[in-house]
Amino acid sequence: METEEVIIGLEIHVQLNRLQSKMFCGCSTAYHDSEPNTHTCPVCLGLPGSLPVLNRKAVEYGIKVGLALNCRIEEETLFYRKNYYYPDLPKGFQISQYDFPLATKGHIMILGDDGLERNIRINRAHMEEDPGRLVHAGTIDKAKYTMVDYNRCGMPLLEVVTEPDLHSPKEARAFLDKLKSILEYLEVFDGSLEGSMRVDANISLRGGDRTEVKNISGFKGVEKALSYEITRQRNIRRRNMTVVQETRHFDEIRNITVSIRSKVGAHDYRYFPECDLAPIRIAAWVPAIKDALPELPDAKRERFVRQYLMKDDHAKSLTSDIKVANFYEAVAACAEPRLAAVWIADVLKGELNYRNLGIDAFKVDDMAQIINLLSSAAITEDGAVEIIRAILDKKGGSPQEIVKARGLGRAEEDVVQKAVLEAVAENASAVADYRAGSERALNFIVGAVMKKTRGKADPGEVHRLVKAEVERI
Amino acid sequence: MLAQLRNRLESGSAEEYLSILFEKAERSRLNGFTTLAKESALESAREFDRKPWGGLMAGVPIAIKECISTSGIETNCSSRILQGYVPPFDAHVIERLKAEGAIVMGKTNMDEFAMGSSTETSCFGPTHNPWDLDCVPGGSSGGSAAVVAGGEAPAALGSDTGGSVRCPASFCGIVGLKPTYGLVSRFGLIAYANSLEQIGPLTQSVEDTALLMEIIAGHDWRDSTSAEMDRWSYLADLDKGVSGLKIGIPKEYFGEGVNKDVERAVWEAISTLEGLGASWQEVSLPHTRYALAAYYVIAMSEASSNLARFDGLRYGLRVGEDKDWHTTFSEIRAQGFGPEVKRRILLGTYALSAGYYGRYYLKALKVRTLIKEDFLHAFKDVDIVAGPTMPIPAFRIGERINDPLSLYLADVFTVPINLAGVPAISVPCGFAGRLPIGLQLIGRHFDEATVLRAAHAFETATSFHDARPEVV
Repeated sequence: METEEVIIGLEIHVQLNRLQSKMFCGCSTAYHDSEPNTHTCPVCLGLPGSLPVLNRKAVEYGIKVGLALNCRIEEETLFYRKNYYYPDLPKGFQISQYDFPLATKGHIMILGDDGLERNIRINRAHMEEDPGRLVHAGTIDKAKYTMVDYNRCGMPLLEVVTEPDLHSPKEARAFLDKLKSILEYLEVFDGSLEGSMRVDANISLRGGDRTEVKNISGFKGVEKALSYEITRQRNIRRRNMTVVQETRHFDEIRNITVSIRSKVGAHDYRYFPECDLAPIRIAAWVPAIKDALPELPDAKRERFVRQYLMKDDHAKSLTSDIKVANFYEAVAACAEPRLAAVWIADVLKGELNYRNLGIDAFKVDDMAQIINLLSSAAITEDGAVEIIRAILDKKGGSPQEIVKARGLGRAEEDVVQKAVLEAVAENASAVADYRAGSERALNFIVGAVMKKTRGKADPGEVHRLVKAEVERI
Repeated sequence: MLAQLRNRLESGSAEEYLSILFEKAERSRLNGFTTLAKESALESAREFDRKPWGGLMAGVPIAIKECISTSGIETNCSSRILQGYVPPFDAHVIERLKAEGAIVMGKTNMDEFAMGSSTETSCFGPTHNPWDLDCVPGGSSGGSAAVVAGGEAPAALGSDTGGSVRCPASFCGIVGLKPTYGLVSRFGLIAYANSLEQIGPLTQSVEDTALLMEIIAGHDWRDSTSAEMDRWSYLADLDKGVSGLKIGIPKEYFGEGVNKDVERAVWEAISTLEGLGASWQEVSLPHTRYALAAYYVIAMSEASSNLARFDGLRYGLRVGEDKDWHTTFSEIRAQGFGPEVKRRILLGTYALSAGYYGRYYLKALKVRTLIKEDFLHAFKDVDIVAGPTMPIPAFRIGERINDPLSLYLADVFTVPINLAGVPAISVPCGFAGRLPIGLQLIGRHFDEATVLRAAHAFETATSFHDARPEVV
């Protein structure tokens, strides 16, 4: 079967949820654990006579993201009304942007399926307010009525729109991971909150019409929805039918997409300027925001390689999450940096993932101690892994205490030497095999030494000592 | 007069005065009030009588148009769809009035959502003109104008989107000012066309309008279009006269379509001002003839969006049993809005639709810019522009309501002012038979002081504002 090129473009709705207050009113953004409809006021409920007042900090955050996505920032930006009816939209329109959005024409780098770094172009990034949320008692099909929670209404959103530069679900995922990483570096976004990033995906096979899958939450959801859509469109093509341009919904439970409206019923949003908000000249804001931009993932990755002499793979792994990067640098400040890079990237991250924990589950001090114990050869690598696991499973105190309690300290040199002498004496046949030319026979003796030292000796060192002893006698 | 009333109330009884007004309003045939806030107003008056407080409006009652939010008092824009809606907050102007000691006595009738110039589209039925009960009071702030002219309230607030303060002031023989766009906060004003409208006073004298402007003008952070300006005393300059003032007479504001009595009265008014030391010259506002078309496209477009929030889900009218949201919204809006509101929502929706936006809305915005430039150009040579407020005196109730176009045409001299955003006042300047005529004085942006000064000079030299209709 021929495989046509897949073309994917994404629209990502990012809640700027590190802001204190909503987009156009003073309501708190920290609604996630609150009772429904308790984070509302006349403005975000759209009561008659209420007027929006722009949260300038939100625009500042938007510019920050625009700059980090290498976008051009408009000199003057303005808001539009996007008109449509829906119960979660209390004004009957959403304040959004249309012409002159905050940021246009950017790009970010991702690792493509071909293993090469590639630029994905950003069409635009614009600001808008989040609508409320519909809540159903039970499932949508069975609920007798729908409830509306307006707590989310008016949350500041940034919509990032890519060009159709992505070619697989995996690349889409890579893009989203990168975007999330940048947003967290900028401290404008907390991805751990429910619904903080929602994705609409446009997808087509080369030469065919595209479908839009709306409102997918979760990166895994995006991958699954796209994979399903590709299969569906390929099958349509194989049956010599044509894909209909339409909007589809991703059903997370059944892992399929279903049609919600065809192009015929497409909305005319009747965009027109929101006269209750004056256009804002933002050109003058840009230099200061630019100066204050933090080091971003790609730059940090390069610096880590340069400054700490680590492998690029490790640098990439350590910089994708700002918290991990900060953790690493704190450890590297008081322990051997290259060793720390290996241990955090290859071991600690794996152990954390396995337990579904974040980097904040581990203390910088503990990690630094472990690296120092390793680099002074006070513990073995196996011992280090055991300490990490013990800390994560909350079975012990500090690394030093765990070493003491579990006897993980590396065996003293004379103890090792004694074990070597004993093992060589006890395994005459292995010694004979070695002399007959079998290198592997030595490993048997090394194993015996390790057993005697209960694994606390360094295997490499033991191997050297055994070889020396066998050749001496 | 408000100042004198304030002094009288300080030594007399606010409760007694208010009771007389309420009695009058309850007996009234004007249908000017929609809600009388008897309980809360009388309670405030009694409190005031026990321990009088200070302020520019201390103890003075005021009537408020139905579209201005009053905390605890129903605010429904004279529309079924908002019946029962009690705002949980005061509009900025209400806060300011209360801070200066005023007492909100009730809400006044209006064209539904301020869409009209006759107060006939109200769900509460038409308000009657106190000078002739068979005639309209003008609109959309017809209730506010009628209760002030009819002596049921000493002053009122209205709102002016395309003439809605000045038209009824003109038809009812009182003073009405539309301030510069941005001078008075719109916070709490239920929007019809938000880029055009301002709240303004309707009073029996220019001095009273100046006093109310002193209270309601000024920056409010809750309205992003509210201008950040130093506070200005409109009362201080009121008596400075018009000597040396240059008045522009736009040739487009006279001639065809203007009632002869109106034209005569306005020219006499100009002569009066000339006699007081002002000079006049002809000016041209060449884009006037495009103003009505541009105004209605912009106003209806904005209205179609502003009125989208009225779906009955959170407040206001609910009809029958709830069905799916789409059907329920449709039924509520079908029953909640009157025909004129529906007409404007439909036309506005059309004008904003893909494919028509450029042809209508954008073009109207361009005309708007040209009209603004007309005024800026004229104000290079003159200090104020004068002309008729309305081309005609009040017409009979029912005469034009089935001919929307003829109703729209009556706004020809008021809408350019809203498009340009400049301030304009209407002051009584004569009669056509029994019916009052209004003189419109238009000023530069934020130059209310000059407009009020000229209007006050005219008022002091004439006695039209002293005439009172005989109504019960």
